[in-house]
Amino acid sequence: MAHALVRAPQLYRKQVPANRFNGFTDYGIGVGLRIPHYRHILEKKPVVSWFEIISENYMVDGGRPLAILDQILEQYRVVQHGVSMYFGSAEPHNRDHLRRLKDLVKRTKTPWVTDHLCWGSVDGRYTHDLLPMPYTFEAAKLTARKVREARSFLEVPIAVENVSSYAEFHESEMTEWEFLNEVVERADCGILLDVNNIYVSSRNHSFDPYDYLNSVPAERVAQIHIAGHSKFTKYILDTHDHPVIDPVWKLYQHALRRVGPTATVLEWDDRIPSFEEVHAEARKAEKYFAAPAAMPEPMPVAP
Amino acid sequence: MRPLVAGGHVDPQAPVDYIKPNDRLTSLERLEIYSRSYWYRLLDSLYEDFPGLRAILGQRAFERLANAYLTERPSASWTLRNLGSRLEEWLRRNPTFAGGRLALALDMICLEWAHIEAFDGKEETVLGPEDLLELGPGLRIGLQPHIRLIELRYPVDNLRVKVNAASEEHGTASNAVLRRKAGGLVRRIHRMPPEHIFLAVHRLDFMVYYRRLDADEFRLLAALGKAVPVGKAMEAALEDSPVPVEDLRRRVETWFAAWAEMGWLCRRS
Repeated sequence: MAHALVRAPQLYRKQVPANRFNGFTDYGIGVGLRIPHYRHILEKKPVVSWFEIISENYMVDGGRPLAILDQILEQYRVVQHGVSMYFGSAEPHNRDHLRRLKDLVKRTKTPWVTDHLCWGSVDGRYTHDLLPMPYTFEAAKLTARKVREARSFLEVPIAVENVSSYAEFHESEMTEWEFLNEVVERADCGILLDVNNIYVSSRNHSFDPYDYLNSVPAERVAQIHIAGHSKFTKYILDTHDHPVIDPVWKLYQHALRRVGPTATVLEWDDRIPSFEEVHAEARKAEKYFAAPAAMPEPMPVAP
Repeated sequence: MRPLVAGGHVDPQAPVDYIKPNDRLTSLERLEIYSRSYWYRLLDSLYEDFPGLRAILGQRAFERLANAYLTERPSASWTLRNLGSRLEEWLRRNPTFAGGRLALALDMICLEWAHIEAFDGKEETVLGPEDLLELGPGLRIGLQPHIRLIELRYPVDNLRVKVNAASEEHGTASNAVLRRKAGGLVRRIHRMPPEHIFLAVHRLDFMVYYRRLDADEFRLLAALGKAVPVGKAMEAALEDSPVPVEDLRRRVETWFAAWAEMGWLCRRS
């Protein structure tokens, strides 16, 4: 499919990474904190701008998870990323989940909190997955209400992350990026822009990832995710078990051109290599981060 | 209502016309990507949480049990940590899934769930040995919330330790050695005679340990766990003890000293 990359000057904003959706912070390149790396980090104390933690791993009453977290907090800045808020589930927020999340927010002093634009529970049953939503106005309204409720309770800015998906609904009334815009405008919240997820979904649903990126309201992007994925014969799976591929780096570069050098995290969740390897992969973002506007134009990516 | 998916397979008769097909995948195939992922994630979680049960039942029987359990008791918590919380109750209602080893399997589930709770349970401010100097009959002492006291019919604590050791060895030993060791473990399970044991599953320096208890010690700890004043707890727990009073007094002193040393005690408000 031919690709037409729209490059209107108004697409690019002044490069100011700090905004009200990331607590006016100026974080650089971070790494997702993972259990196999605990020992290395605590013993070697590598220079890392910040760590992103999976909130649910530390929403426990005590024991090793919290003890490790406290040691990390003594030396590093931490931002919370959740996987169970399910803004898109039709049922109300789980109060126990929210209470525990707020306790953790107080502990980490995270400047902002992120979770996914998805659903994952119904009638009190949990799938523990990030399920795609039907892109309808009704769903956007409900999702935005739940984002506002969570922000009001947690008293910290919230950014929602676009998920990778493998299915689409007949019922959808708009594109995924239009739905994202509808939700964040209604909720007045930030965006955790996962450029790998955009790439994965663009291949699975045959759309142009640059159309997606160009439609994102740049002033709302609080953070960016990059990751690797796995390619199968008929679809791509968001496995977070490989290095970032070149087309995703190009999307990342394009995203930075639009939103400025924004706090970025590399996610690596399966077949996790050494900390040094993960950190080195994350640091590849630095060359784009330092001067995104000075980099060569990204090549188009055919969906 | 018929479940849409079970064991990773979507019912081919299930209506999935709400999902768009694309040029590579049918609606059903797209749904199956999620279905497989769901079952993989949940089975993997049970697999990690209950290695001892897996050793008792064997891989295939464990998978049958896990599939049936997750179909009847899907996750009701936002965290996968709680996935096995209803396994004991479910197996009591569905004993055939344990083959001929129901009592052994139930004991292991009880131990492995206690292990999970001890790992990340709450810890109150510890009441140390020096705090016990003011010990009087009216003092209310509590047990640390992460401690689980369990009464078992089989010595599954030893078995669980061996399963752990075998699992840790997995990365270093050859396949032949591992097969021989696994065979030995299975034979040990088959021959395991019942043994009535009292166990405390507790946490020390962020590691979970199993400590066998004397029957009187177990009853006294259980009473303290209910926040009964120390004097009443001793009366209730020890009045039927066959141990002579003088010996019992010495034992109680030793127990309290050991519990305080291990950080098991906390003050009750």
